[in-house]
Amino acid sequence: MNLRLSADQQLLVDTFASLYRDLSPTSVVRAAESGSGIDNKLWTALVETGAITMGVPEEHGGGGAEMLDLALVAEQHGRHLAPAPLIEAQVATRLLASLVDDGAALDLSDLLSSGRVVTLTVRPSSGSLATLVPGGWVADVALVLSGQRLLIFDLEGHRTKVDNTGGLPLADITVPADATEIASGPRAQTAFSVARFEWLSLMGAALVGIGERALEIGVDYARERKAFGQPIGAFQEVAHRLADVATAIDGARLLAREAAWAASADPDRFHQLAAMGFAFAAETARAAGYRSLHVHGGYGSMAEYDIQLYFRRAWAWAAQYGPPESAYDLVADQRYGLGAER
Amino acid sequence: MDFYMGDNVETVRREAREFLAEVMTPALAERIRRTGTMHDDAFAAALARRRWIAADWPEEFGGFATDVMEMYALNEELARVSSPVYGLSTTQITAGAIKHFGTDAQRRQLLPSVARGEVLIVLGFSEPECGSDVAAVRTRAVRDGDEWVINGQKMFTTNGHVGDRIFLLTRTNPDVAKHKGLTTFLVPLSTPGIEVQPVFTMAGERTNITYLNEVRISDDCRIGEVDNGWTTMTVALTYERVGVHGLESEQLVQAAEAWAATPADDGVSPLRDPAVRRTLARAATETEVSSLLSRRAAWLQSTGELPSVEGSMSKLFASETLCRQVEDLTNMLGPDGIRSGDADDASPWGVIEHMLRAAQTRTVRGGTSEVQRSIIAQRGLGLPRSH
Repeated sequence: MNLRLSADQQLLVDTFASLYRDLSPTSVVRAAESGSGIDNKLWTALVETGAITMGVPEEHGGGGAEMLDLALVAEQHGRHLAPAPLIEAQVATRLLASLVDDGAALDLSDLLSSGRVVTLTVRPSSGSLATLVPGGWVADVALVLSGQRLLIFDLEGHRTKVDNTGGLPLADITVPADATEIASGPRAQTAFSVARFEWLSLMGAALVGIGERALEIGVDYARERKAFGQPIGAFQEVAHRLADVATAIDGARLLAREAAWAASADPDRFHQLAAMGFAFAAETARAAGYRSLHVHGGYGSMAEYDIQLYFRRAWAWAAQYGPPESAYDLVADQRYGLGAER
Repeated sequence: MDFYMGDNVETVRREAREFLAEVMTPALAERIRRTGTMHDDAFAAALARRRWIAADWPEEFGGFATDVMEMYALNEELARVSSPVYGLSTTQITAGAIKHFGTDAQRRQLLPSVARGEVLIVLGFSEPECGSDVAAVRTRAVRDGDEWVINGQKMFTTNGHVGDRIFLLTRTNPDVAKHKGLTTFLVPLSTPGIEVQPVFTMAGERTNITYLNEVRISDDCRIGEVDNGWTTMTVALTYERVGVHGLESEQLVQAAEAWAATPADDGVSPLRDPAVRRTLARAATETEVSSLLSRRAAWLQSTGELPSVEGSMSKLFASETLCRQVEDLTNMLGPDGIRSGDADDASPWGVIEHMLRAAQTRTVRGGTSEVQRSIIAQRGLGLPRSH
């Protein structure tokens, strides 16, 4: 066991922490949420650093990074509330690359070099409608599993923007009849399922980042704000509740990292750990947002205070998949097999 | 970054499982359940024969300087089957004080017998009117030539009725700040004037209250300097066997899964119920988190750090989570949840009912949740000292 980041992993964290600090301050986050939900300067920087394709195998022109590397980046992504559909794009490109490996007739290099943004639905869709698709309002291309068919299509003209709690670039999407099938049958389902668990794993890591920063904001406020002649952080009622959150955040971080680590090191447990990591991080990020917002008293709800940005995203980023309970259903499916009477 | 504990660690784990399959017999488990006494001389001797009691001690004290993570895996396996090791833990803590502060004679006399599992030492820190604020102890030790005379009461002296010695925190100077007038002694429980009376928890666990009435002991029993007992005790506590948390949660989840996989009267397995599945999945997830926080603290210790905040987080999360899980799972069982888990004909998931009663001490013993939260808030988050 070694829970320390390697030198390479630390460098990765430092690099992205610096990129996000420069390009995703809360002023940019606020501007993006009153616009399209993406910041183009940030997105361009992410594309140029190779962040989108870093998880694609090197033989397909990617960076050959492990899931754990992507999770470390996702933590920073969440920490800075980055207005960019990075996780969806990373997972979608990995999915495409896996299909090329699997012999699909697909010109991946063309797509990857075109600079076009690919996203995917993360929930099973019914009929031709896919709702609340992550990045759906700003991506160019979407991957959708429809029954046993994995389809790809251009989003332009098939989407409706969804204003939402977290200022995310979400869209309801109608799958066009002429969408291109790139895989079908069990192969399509398996590939899509892997992508879904990868998305859950990385979104879990991003939610850890949201919770971690939300806690820091609350702690900083509790140290500065005085009431009854002392910093409010000196009241056990305030301090102890923050201690509970800090404990849960550490647990959520360990679980999210363990899940991503398992993708290559302990693959039999990856799906279960990814669903666990997502569910626990979602609950923890919410708790952190709630607690830190309330530490601020009346200021917590004011639009100009940053904590409300974190509170809203703790809910919205997770809700793109669903409530934590729906991820617990996946945990149960992994542990006990299917067979619930839903 | 690597979450795999390592081949050597897994080898120790396998050896421990084989050992426990032999030694942790149904008869022993039954004896523990009946008496509530979490110590067994034969079990301790068997562990000592495997050289597992003092394995992590430095070689100069008769140990083998075994890797912290190997010891941790051993402790996980011991906890997994509820081995009677509580007394070994209190003995280790005291041995830590002897290693650090004892005279050569005390070390020679005591440490080898601790390593052989032959001596059981119980803790005499808490009192009827002080627990978390342990520096407020009132038990008095008064010097009389080469001897000391001790009067007072010690609370929750678990294993006092089967132990050999008690590690006492006493007040020797009432005229200075409360942390500064304390002294520790290691006193044979057979000394005249010591009376151990049973105290049972609602889970049937046996602890004690120990009365000390004109207990006259030699100055040789003193561990560390006079009036330096606070330091002696706090250093001793750092020698506690690497804290293992989350294994009782694991037992709960296994019991609940056994229940859920068993068809109910209508022939339908509860595992088909979405609410049951979510409850189990949540409990399993939180158990994974408890395990990770616990392993992290042990790993930090293995790298030479003293995991103060991380140890508090592990203890806090695991104990509070255990209490909540047992509520969720008891609810899940419906009315059957209250069938006694201690009955002779108890079902395999009776452990849930038993744990409803047992879990409540876990947030207290070894440092209350309130103490842990203060440590996390002050040392971890840098919040001001709170009251």
